[in-house]
Amino acid sequence: MDLTLKIWRQKNSSSKGKFETYKVNDVSPDSSFFEMLDTLNQQIIEKGNDPVAFDHDCREGICGTCSLYINGRPHGPKRGITTCQLHMRSFKNGDTIVIEPWRAKPFPLVKDLIVDRSALDLIIQAGGYVSVNTGGIPDANAIPIPKMNADLAMDAASCIGCGACVASCANASAMLFVGAKVSQLALLPQGKIEAANRVQKMVAEMDHLGFGNCSNTYACEAECPKEIKVTNIARMNRQFMKAKVCAEKHEAASFGG
Amino acid sequence: MGLFGLFLAMFLLVHLTINLLLLCNDGGELFTAASSFMGTNIAIKIFEYVLFGGFFIHIIVGVIITLKNWASRPVGYLVANKSHTSFFSKYMIYTGAIIFIFLILHFMHFFFIKIGWVQVPAGLEKHDFYKMAIALFTNKLYSFVYMAFFIFLGFHLNHAIQSGFQTLGLNHNKYNCTIKKVSLIYSILVAGGFSLVPIYFMFFF
Repeated sequence: MDLTLKIWRQKNSSSKGKFETYKVNDVSPDSSFFEMLDTLNQQIIEKGNDPVAFDHDCREGICGTCSLYINGRPHGPKRGITTCQLHMRSFKNGDTIVIEPWRAKPFPLVKDLIVDRSALDLIIQAGGYVSVNTGGIPDANAIPIPKMNADLAMDAASCIGCGACVASCANASAMLFVGAKVSQLALLPQGKIEAANRVQKMVAEMDHLGFGNCSNTYACEAECPKEIKVTNIARMNRQFMKAKVCAEKHEAASFGG
Repeated sequence: MGLFGLFLAMFLLVHLTINLLLLCNDGGELFTAASSFMGTNIAIKIFEYVLFGGFFIHIIVGVIITLKNWASRPVGYLVANKSHTSFFSKYMIYTGAIIFIFLILHFMHFFFIKIGWVQVPAGLEKHDFYKMAIALFTNKLYSFVYMAFFIFLGFHLNHAIQSGFQTLGLNHNKYNCTIKKVSLIYSILVAGGFSLVPIYFMFFF
């Protein structure tokens, strides 16, 4: 396959970026998207130029590090996969592929296609701790949990925090991410103890960091590589409203407190 | 936002019921009785403030949230997003703005006349909404513009109702499908129901 790539190049966060056009020839349809980019970088290096910087780590869809906005879609044209799981057979010979970084105010650009997604970690940190009993390992059946709840919590916990939900959302909202993180704990008895405090603090932190608000376009669900459902957003909204109305005073989160 | 939106959507049903009284071939007797009840009943007059409050909050919050959302992505994408989304959900602020323009036009023709901000058109009495309605709906240009506005209201409602439920956390796998269907049916019912009145006056009156 012969391809034309239009890639966003930017030296650092303070410099001005622009799109550069590259040609890559003889790409195997069976190669991964990143192998294709590796080939391109080899070409660039051999010419003595700076290779394209992009985030990647496990290259098997687990770590959530890769983050490319390909032809108008985070993680490319296929559903339910990350960029590293994307193969070149998803494109046609002669295609022009436009590759952009995640665009959102809370994701400042580091270099080329790499953005700083620490904002997602800050939201999780704001959620605080989960109370657990110390001591011996409890029996697996000591705390009864309905199978449905265990499954829903596991589905929510499968979020790898890649930020595709933010990248695809018209409002750069992180509600699917936060909804999943709130849900994975709120659905289990162990997570219920701090539930009211957690949801308020995480939502406050999300707003504080400058993420947009959900307008229910559901682009996040369509683009999530782990296919997290927007029902998690509704659950977070329920939890949030319940906490605001019913939580005891000491459970009311004051931002920064 | 969702709460006030659902409240306004419910009000539309009340408004539609009164408007449909215009279709009774009784010289506007029922319609006039209903509109004078709405204009004089003390409970309704108090509710009028609640309603205006609902409009005000829905519009202001909608504009503030949209501006905040736009600010959340200062640098846009070269390739516009191609993710699979419900079509109307992406244009709520625009359909909302169109409805707002209609709302002003509507107030100029009815509510502002009632409270004396706008002069009564020549040949009409102050509170005669029936004659006002006939004068407007027998005008084909006004009627078509009116119907066009209601098509946009239908687009807005189609997303708004299901979105309101989701925002309030009222999402349940047993009812989600029904909520979506109700949302679609309600939007067709409101847009179609309101459009019946100008169609009647243009072609059958």
